[in-house]
Amino acid sequence: MTARLFVNVALNGLTLAALYFIVASGFSIVFGLLRTVNMAHGALYLLGAYIGYDVAAAHGWWWGVLAAAIAVGLLGAAMQKWLLDRMQGQDLRQALVTIGLSIVLGDLLLARYGGLTYQFDPPDVLYGSVRLPADLGGYPTFRLFLIGVALAVGLGLWLLMYRTRLGMAIRAGVDDRAMLSAMGFNVPGLFILVFALGASMAGLAGVIGGSALSVAPGEDARYLMSSLVVVIVGGMGSLGGAALGALLVAYAEQIGLVLFPHYAILLTFVIMIAVLAVRPRGLLGRA
Amino acid sequence: MKKRSPSLSWLVVAALVLVPLVLPAFWLQNIFAKAAVFGIIALSLSFLNTYGGMVSMAQMAAAGLAAYAMAYMSVNGSGLGVPLPWPLALVIALTVGTVFGALTGWIASRTRGVYLLMLTLAIGMGVFSFAQQNNELFNAFDGINGVAAPRVGHLSLNAPIPFYVLSVGLAWLLLVLVNHVVRTPFGLALQGLRDSDRRLAALGFRVTLHKIAAFALAGFMASVGGVLMLWYQGQIAPGSVGLTAATNILVIAVLGGLRRPAGAFAGALVFILLQTFATDLFFRDRYNTLIGAVFLLVVLFLPSGVLGLTDLVSWLRRAIRTRQAGEQSSSTP
Repeated sequence: MTARLFVNVALNGLTLAALYFIVASGFSIVFGLLRTVNMAHGALYLLGAYIGYDVAAAHGWWWGVLAAAIAVGLLGAAMQKWLLDRMQGQDLRQALVTIGLSIVLGDLLLARYGGLTYQFDPPDVLYGSVRLPADLGGYPTFRLFLIGVALAVGLGLWLLMYRTRLGMAIRAGVDDRAMLSAMGFNVPGLFILVFALGASMAGLAGVIGGSALSVAPGEDARYLMSSLVVVIVGGMGSLGGAALGALLVAYAEQIGLVLFPHYAILLTFVIMIAVLAVRPRGLLGRA
Repeated sequence: MKKRSPSLSWLVVAALVLVPLVLPAFWLQNIFAKAAVFGIIALSLSFLNTYGGMVSMAQMAAAGLAAYAMAYMSVNGSGLGVPLPWPLALVIALTVGTVFGALTGWIASRTRGVYLLMLTLAIGMGVFSFAQQNNELFNAFDGINGVAAPRVGHLSLNAPIPFYVLSVGLAWLLLVLVNHVVRTPFGLALQGLRDSDRRLAALGFRVTLHKIAAFALAGFMASVGGVLMLWYQGQIAPGSVGLTAATNILVIAVLGGLRRPAGAFAGALVFILLQTFATDLFFRDRYNTLIGAVFLLVVLFLPSGVLGLTDLVSWLRRAIRTRQAGEQSSSTP
């Protein structure tokens, strides 16, 4: 294992962890407050990627990012307001509805965009690679940007949750929804906002992930699975858990691919099973 | 527990016997037999949910693993594996699926509800990822092709009428098995587990073992479906155990109504009919949108699935009888 390979694996793992964190954070906060498992999260990722691609091709990459986050966030708000709100408390039924939506959305996206793989054009300032010190080679600038975005998202969500009144309401709602409502907060409105936030995380991740890697049908399944494993390992409804889970899962994948490429996924699952055996709620999860 | 009307059962049996005599081979193989096969896999999900309160999205993975094991141990066109005599291969394949089911049950034993659904989905997709990236056992993307169904005497089990008889017969047997098991002490304990596992544990039952055993039984049923699926398709690929395939089984179980085990087969029939004939009804390839939309409608408005529509018949009958009784009593002075 040369120094270069080591640095490459370390940075690739960090990039993948960054992407997984952005996707899983949306999934996790929706579950944390609403107790809804949004099975359409992967489909929302894909939708964000495709919308971002179309807008980016016409108006530039930054507008693509903004459009994706906003459009998917609005769709999430609509989903919560008109479909999921009617079934508050029926976890299984909500999960089934989101599964149905993911089937329809996935198929419609397939109809519109086909089976091709799309490649984004990131903006010039983020193009190319950065020379690493000590003759360790280069690393794509965009991937470093992705790591930066994940840190920003993490920081932003943390500030929202722990330093704003809205975040206080959300955390209170996680603990006791009925009490929050009794104190006069508009709980249904809060739910719509949180769902929209979670969905827009997926949309944002779609564009950024699509630019760092690529977009094709089947990516929705991949990111749904990774979100599931990340929050199972890290703990549901916990930002720190999403970060920790993302790091563990991403590195397990990368190391597995380097050491035993045909059995790599087993490492991820061994870790997941080990965590579940010791802490069924995930590493940083709460009941 | 709703009592099934015996006349409906006889009607179904008569229809199933008449079908091979009346309909062409296409219908036998690609509609009814296929519905029986996917119905068996959906039955395993429905059994776990209705009597155990656990929605497992790993059933298709169990079926797929059994299919992969069977393909690995059969003569195949991908040059993979070790051909064995088919009865032996069958026993091993069913064991693989059952053990996977038990393993899933063990991993999921401390979870419940939606969390269990998520976990089993993750497990199922892990199997898909493994099948997709592994060359030695699964042949990665290509899967294992060119698998011939066994021959019994001069009959190939793949031919329309033998396969129809085999799959519908096995479907019926497994349905009888499920209905029998739920009346045994084990089945009753399982239902107790569904209602309150803490109470069951307080009574001294070993809850985890019960869960594992239930999952193992479901895994066995799914394996039977998986092997039949392999013989029907002649091949197995990662796509057969992917997210779409896993959600299709859930869709089938929900369409049929999660309250009755037999619903799985009704749901499978509706699903296969939609899938096969949607091209005539709808825009060419968009049958998944149609199925997704039907699924959403059922989840939103028909909690008992499409079989809930038969409840409509008995509801109407009762409504008419009540009306008649009302008229009679109001006409007597």
